[in-house]
Amino acid sequence: MVDMKVTLSGLVLDNPVIPASGTFGYGKEYAEFYDINILGSISFKGTTVEPRFGNPQPRIAECSRGLINSVGLQNPGLKAVKEKELPELAEIYSKPVIANVSGFSIEEYVECAKAMDEEPQVGIIEVNVSCPNVHDGGMAFGTLPETAAEVTRAVKAVTTKPVYIKLSPNVTDIAAIAKACEEAGADGICLINTLLGMRINLEKRQPVIANKMGGFSGPAIFPVAVRMVYQVAKAVNIPVIGMGGVESARDVIEMMMAGATAVQVGAANLVNPYACKEIIEELPKVMEELGIEKLTDIIGIIE
Amino acid sequence: MDTKIYTIVSNKQLTRSIYEMKLEGDTSMITAPGQFLNIKLEGFYLRRPISICDWNENEITIVYKTVGQGTKHMATLEPGTELDILCSLGNGYDLEKIPANPVLAGGGVGVPPMYGLAKALVAQGKKPVVVLGFNTEHEVFYEEEFKALGADVKVVTADGSYGLKGFVTDGFDSADYACACGPEPMLKAVAAKAKDGQYSFEARMACGFGGCMGCSCETKYGAKRICKEGPVLEQEEIIW
Ligand SMILES: Cc1cc2nc3c(=O)[nH]c(=O)nc-3n(C[C@H](O)[C@H](O)[C@H](O)COP(=O)(O)OP(=O)(O)OC[C@H]3O[C@@H](n4cnc5c(N)ncnc54)[C@H](O)[C@@H]3O)c2cc1C
Ligand SMILES: Cc1cc2nc3c(=O)[nH]c(=O)nc-3n(C[C@H](O)[C@H](O)[C@H](O)COP(=O)(O)O)c2cc1C
Ligand code: FES
Repeated sequence: MVDMKVTLSGLVLDNPVIPASGTFGYGKEYAEFYDINILGSISFKGTTVEPRFGNPQPRIAECSRGLINSVGLQNPGLKAVKEKELPELAEIYSKPVIANVSGFSIEEYVECAKAMDEEPQVGIIEVNVSCPNVHDGGMAFGTLPETAAEVTRAVKAVTTKPVYIKLSPNVTDIAAIAKACEEAGADGICLINTLLGMRINLEKRQPVIANKMGGFSGPAIFPVAVRMVYQVAKAVNIPVIGMGGVESARDVIEMMMAGATAVQVGAANLVNPYACKEIIEELPKVMEELGIEKLTDIIGIIE
Repeated sequence: MDTKIYTIVSNKQLTRSIYEMKLEGDTSMITAPGQFLNIKLEGFYLRRPISICDWNENEITIVYKTVGQGTKHMATLEPGTELDILCSLGNGYDLEKIPANPVLAGGGVGVPPMYGLAKALVAQGKKPVVVLGFNTEHEVFYEEEFKALGADVKVVTADGSYGLKGFVTDGFDSADYACACGPEPMLKAVAAKAKDGQYSFEARMACGFGGCMGCSCETKYGAKRICKEGPVLEQEEIIW
């Protein structure tokens, strides 16, 4: 028997496989396909204080081995997440979940984090710092070490739950940003969020996405994600959750060798609703093939 | 709703750009006409959403237009080819709400789901008036198939090369109840002549089963996912 357990800030996961925020809703749609209790945890859709419809249509563009999305953080808002979505999720998923929170101001991050702090179901608060700061020219909080650290400090001040900062890859020095978050008190780092991308409809001579640009993800970004996970894991002493293009058990192991303690799966769920289930079932077999007894033995083994 | 393997039984060209594909496999999860499939194609990252045109115990018929690389690839597939398909998705038409004499309007590639709907309504003893709209004569398909159901069928072409000249809305005076599928301006024009009805919408989809929020639209009752709460929306909830 191989050992797939991993630990994130004291939270023991049965396996390192976690569906990524925005690609798994609140679990309901996937529970129609399989018993989602097999998952290590679940990172649910990014929460904002107010309900959001998100961006105009069209907001999906196909790419080679991936897609661009400009959903724009559509979510029912903090109140509905707490009163409806989380209780419903508790009925189909009995383990601690990861609360992905967003904000267009420091105050919004704080309000979301405070509200999630009250939820016993929430094991980790995952702070998406890829959102634009509406009070400061719309530059994303995660673009600079200072602003990423500012969000981290503000959120840490209002919760006792582990705070993981989810970084944007659209930066020049991701390791410096990760370090700034660690120094500001972050308990862990998640990466990568989507890469800014664009597609053009040649016939219409127009961008495919109404907002012109959107977030690019899927297997095409895997090498970029592995590189960034490696750089960040080398730079910090807190756990890293790796994601970006993961679609197989071998990808999970590659992320972990690069330095990830756990792994999130995003786009793969959308094209194959069974993606996480298949990865979890494949994992012991691949571990045996590679002579891995305990998954924790391989975390960050690449020098 | 599940992912399953289906085998192509036939893949026949109906017009220059329209193909009819018959797929053998599990159809037990199909609950209403107007639902759709999401088809995985070798070499393409996202699945392709295509309406269910007709189905029986072990076969599904779809009719598709070659518009881009994915549908062009579909047109090359030989009988015997196996496809990974998510079936069946979306709400479909609510038959119970449809009265005895509805108008069914299909425009272009919006015609196929109207076939399954007409068939189901005829089976309930209802008498739909079917209006099929195309650009021009050589694009017309499924006229005989609809007639064989015993429905009252009118064909309209934009250039007048076949049937009535005009748009689907020129094929009926007014309707107490309409069901339509086609380009959005057509749906809107049909709704303007109908007291009530159900309309099938399209959206760019990443998943097709409610996981990504990629396909959402705003309705009078809040955001709905075209793939999950749609593709069929009620006339009174639509924000045009
Ligand atoms: C619920 C639903 C039912 C549909 N039923 C039918 C049908 O019965 N027959 C038929 O011919 N077509 C139907 N369509 C449209 C069909 O999905 C597109 O024509 C097809 O996806 C185009 O793929 P492509 O690779 O040829 O085009 P490309 O333009 O190369 O496709 C690129 C991407 O855009 C998407 N896309 C392009 N056009 C559309 C569109 N109109 N709607 C949604 N996504 C699109 C593709 O899925 C793909 O992800 C339906 C669409 C929806 C949403
Ligand atoms: C449709 C879609 C919606 C997403 N929504 C969110 C979100 O709300 N919050 C967030 O932090 N990340 C969001 N992401 C990013 C993913 O969680 C993940 O970081 C990224 O897609 C890379 O992983 P992947 O290549 O496996 O998809 C979204 C991604 C997709 C494809
Ligand atoms: S296409 Fe993903 S929710 Fe509709």
